[in-house]
Amino acid sequence: MPAAIRTAGLTRTFHTKNRTVEAVRGIDLTVEQGEILGFLGPNGAGKTTTLRMLTTLLAPTSGAATVAGHDLIADPRGVRKRIGYVAQAGGVDPVVSVREELTTQARLYRLTKPEAARRTEELAQDLDLTDLLERPCRALSGGQRRRLDIAMALTHEPSLLFLDEPTTGLDPGSRADLWQLVRRLREQRGMTVFLTTHYLDEADALADRLVVVDDGRVAAQGTSAQLKEEYGGSARAGLQDAFLALTGREAKRETERAPVAV
Amino acid sequence: MSHLLTDTGIIAGRYVRQTLASRLGVLFGLLQPLLFLVFFGPLLRDIDLGGAGDSWQTLVPGLLVQLGLFSSAFAGFTLLIEKQHGVVERLRVTPVSRLALLLGRLVRDVLQLFAQSLLLVLVGVAFGLRSPVAGVAIGFVLVGVLAASLASLSYALAMRVTSPQEFAPVINSLNLPAVLLSGILLPMALAPDWLDAVSHFVPFRYVVDAVRDAFMGHYGGTLALGALVALALAAASLGLGTRVFRKAGA
Ligand SMILES: Nc1ncnc2c1ncn2[C@@H]1O[C@H](COP(=O)(O)OP(=O)(O)OP(=O)(O)O)[C@@H](O)[C@H]1O
Ligand SMILES: [Mg+2]
Repeated sequence: MPAAIRTAGLTRTFHTKNRTVEAVRGIDLTVEQGEILGFLGPNGAGKTTTLRMLTTLLAPTSGAATVAGHDLIADPRGVRKRIGYVAQAGGVDPVVSVREELTTQARLYRLTKPEAARRTEELAQDLDLTDLLERPCRALSGGQRRRLDIAMALTHEPSLLFLDEPTTGLDPGSRADLWQLVRRLREQRGMTVFLTTHYLDEADALADRLVVVDDGRVAAQGTSAQLKEEYGGSARAGLQDAFLALTGREAKRETERAPVAV
Repeated sequence: MSHLLTDTGIIAGRYVRQTLASRLGVLFGLLQPLLFLVFFGPLLRDIDLGGAGDSWQTLVPGLLVQLGLFSSAFAGFTLLIEKQHGVVERLRVTPVSRLALLLGRLVRDVLQLFAQSLLLVLVGVAFGLRSPVAGVAIGFVLVGVLAASLASLSYALAMRVTSPQEFAPVINSLNLPAVLLSGILLPMALAPDWLDAVSHFVPFRYVVDAVRDAFMGHYGGTLALGALVALALAAASLGLGTRVFRKAGA
């Protein structure tokens, strides 16, 4: 079975007025089909930038990648048909109704009108949004918004789902629900899930494998147990210890990263 | 190609439904030209405006172009807000044609402008405007083409900037001089020579003159020139808009 994602030397440099930021500096990774991959790293490590490249939103400065069986550069449209993406800050219009957003999304994936209407009901049922369908998106709570964001990304039953910090800002109950949902998507549909998170307990509980990035590079990868043993000092060490050893920073601490001077 | 048409239809539908849901907004956009029509129009009745038509045939076309200029210049604002909510990125992750994201919006903008223009002309008729239907229709098309070009420039700008603070000053500093210099309220025929000369560098002026001729039923050289300018402007700005939207989809 070919890998769901394979990247080689993926790089992205941002040029702003008077500085250059090397946000991602050569990332090589492979994600197997059906895998739940946790992508960890401190603020500014390059997680979102990597995700935006893998989802065709941002052109890599250099490097190559195959995503969901299609070449990222040569066939972005092929990639888009097969992936779902939930951005860090979501992506629904506050003034539009939940039903309208779900239906339009389905139409953009070329479902006919009746199919789109049916798919909307299905997704609403699946993600517990049925009672909210007529509400404008602005009238949803944080957790409900998240469920809608995910429903939007699942419209076309993608084989690969990208989630950028899906549980940030959710209460413990909603977080547990979301973990449940991600596990269910993998079990029932064999979906591959690539998720970034700052929460080590989340990475520990949910991901089959972790990739820790720091400063635009892969600092380590392996199962949670492997990372704890290798970098935390012992198999009984916490993931926090491993994370600290790898990045020199506490997880979830805001860090100001010095940009590279030109 | 059929992809592009279908996608454009879907995107246009999304925005048309949004516009219909806020009918008040459509009327609100019409408020300013209506005020001009009702409170400024009567002042012009017995003044020699230097043109062939009567005062309503001079004012109403000007107000139509002004309506087109203002609404389309600020069209990018809505895109900017959507961008800030992450809507644009969400749309760009779908296989939708990048160009349809621009064209679908333009379709809505032009439809909305036609609805507003129709209302404005009807009020004009109530006040005494008399014009051939064909001329009015030609005028609408010209204003529609002009508005689509400007809106696509406005969207292109909105794709490139990150905040309303960058967007608004650019639009404001271009829009007002354009309105003043294209003879929208009063024909440039009344202007001193230097002002008339300057206004020849503002493309909208030719469109205003052309719409006025159309409203008088004069289908001649002025109309042809205005149409040519509108089409050239449309080609240039749609080309630019397309490039910006395509590139943003890399
Ligand atoms: N459009 C941009 N222009 C300039 N610099 C950018 C841009 N996007 C990201 N960066 C910079 O690239 C670096 C990586 O940012 P990125 O958003 O990928 O980090 P992250 O790992 O997702 O962080 P967080 O955990 O805070 O979400 C940061 O230094 C950021 O300031
Ligand atoms: Mg991020």
